[in-house]
Amino acid sequence: MKKQFKEQSETGSDRSCVMEGYNFAYLDEQTKRMIRRTILKAVAIPGYQVPFGSREMPLPYGWGTGGIQVTASLIGPEDTLKVIDQGADDTTNAVSIRRFFSRTAGVHTTTRTREATIIQTRHRIPETHLRNGQIIVYQVPIPEPLRFIEPRAKEVRRMHALKEYGIMFVKLYEDISRHGRIAKAFDYPVLVNGRYVMSPSPIPKFDNPKMDCMPALQIFGAGREKRIYAVPPYTRVKSLDFEDYPFEVERWSKSCALCGSEHSYLDEIITDDQGSRMYVCSDTDYCSLRLAERDRDFQPGFKDEIRASGAIGERKCT
Amino acid sequence: MYMKGPDQVPLLKVESISKFYGRRIGCHGIGFELWPGEVLGIVGESGSGKTTLLNCISGQLEPSEGAVWYASNGGVIDMCKAPEPQRRLAMRTEMGTVYQNPRDGLRMHVSAGGNIGERLMANGLRHYGRVRRRALNWLEKVEIDQERIDDTPGTFSGGMQQRLQIARNLVTGPRIIFMDEPTSGLDVSVQARLLDLLRGLVTELDLSMVIVTHDLAVTRLLAHRLIVMKDGKSVESGLTDQVLDDPQHPYTQLLVSSILQP
Repeated sequence: MKKQFKEQSETGSDRSCVMEGYNFAYLDEQTKRMIRRTILKAVAIPGYQVPFGSREMPLPYGWGTGGIQVTASLIGPEDTLKVIDQGADDTTNAVSIRRFFSRTAGVHTTTRTREATIIQTRHRIPETHLRNGQIIVYQVPIPEPLRFIEPRAKEVRRMHALKEYGIMFVKLYEDISRHGRIAKAFDYPVLVNGRYVMSPSPIPKFDNPKMDCMPALQIFGAGREKRIYAVPPYTRVKSLDFEDYPFEVERWSKSCALCGSEHSYLDEIITDDQGSRMYVCSDTDYCSLRLAERDRDFQPGFKDEIRASGAIGERKCT
Repeated sequence: MYMKGPDQVPLLKVESISKFYGRRIGCHGIGFELWPGEVLGIVGESGSGKTTLLNCISGQLEPSEGAVWYASNGGVIDMCKAPEPQRRLAMRTEMGTVYQNPRDGLRMHVSAGGNIGERLMANGLRHYGRVRRRALNWLEKVEIDQERIDDTPGTFSGGMQQRLQIARNLVTGPRIIFMDEPTSGLDVSVQARLLDLLRGLVTELDLSMVIVTHDLAVTRLLAHRLIVMKDGKSVESGLTDQVLDDPQHPYTQLLVSSILQP
């Protein structure tokens, strides 16, 4: 692997900023092997939380240490990495993690969902449909969906083992009796492959349907809690609900102020002290692609330029 | 009242249960049979192993020796050796436990309705409206105001908490209820009301019950049969009236004579 890394760093575009003295992708090979073993087990038992020896990383817990370790173990010199935080490619956390891997592994990074082979994410799943062969790595703060209802870890493990998930529905019952609907808007619990109840990490429930039968491999890393779990491609992921209170996703009366999308997850942004606000796509890549497409329609001359950049060409291969 | 038919098997058959905590004895060599519809009282002073015995037979504690045979709807199972899923299924559908301290038996941060509905949802009911209706129904049965359905047990009085525990256990229509000192910590008038309610439910639902208490008045009112325990052993057993009116063992005599007569 080290030899390959050298070749890559010589031909890669980022070779000038690759740091000396670190192993490829920061983690040592022993650790990566251990994490890969954990990932294999996690993929073999969809939704089951596999413990692993989480390492100290050069960033604080809660900033994505679990996700980074999973990415570091998976990434190879040929990979292209995309990192998003709340859907955006340009937030502090996303920028620094992307820079971390371009400096320690010299891999190509991108903001285009289509071009990436590994997507590390916090709080969102990209709007663009992921394809088979891609891997999405989630950063997970609290992997245990039953934690807040049953604090005893031993009892919780037994509940998972015996598939006793009645208590999860007590939580949903409480929501309905208190708010008239299931008020959980993020980290909405799901049943994976008809067996394990899983926390989908703090993604909005808007993204839950995307997890169902997703062609890409989904891996969840929780660094502080030392757990990894996974959903293999094309696996059933069902959001828990009641027969008379079925699962629903959020809807907005507005569309994105920039690209006009009516189907994406919107962020509300307050624009001044008078309470004016605008709604924009939280997925910056999706939004900018749609904008580029619209500009292309208005300005025929601009079309070729964008096509040359690869942005539109990629979108065609659905 | 319970009936012993010729072809019936006991609901619960306890064969010389012992539990040792290291060299200390929890309970030793206790055996009895519990028949459908029967209420068995276990009395004795504190530290005599009553609760240990109850935990052993209700599947919450593994006994050191002995066996507990339970005639479940799906056939007779050994509560000590049966596979855990089977045992836990029996425990949450056909059995119930009411604890001395409501905090052990209730989820204090979950509303009364959620507490009652938990077992229903654990057994696969996935319909909010139906869970809610059953919860309201049971609140009424245990004489709690239906408007309190969305309040947490923390806002309830001690007696109401105990009644809520009972509702939570009875909602799945169990066949046995284990009670560990259900009336201690309640004042006398509340005790009387709770006992009255329990007696009604036992007859109405044809429940079997094992009730652990140090209060002989409770057993006199509820229990058909009695086991008197001392130092982890059963010193006397028999029909309640027989034991209380004509105690044979010196310890039972002491226990009976120590009741204050108003």
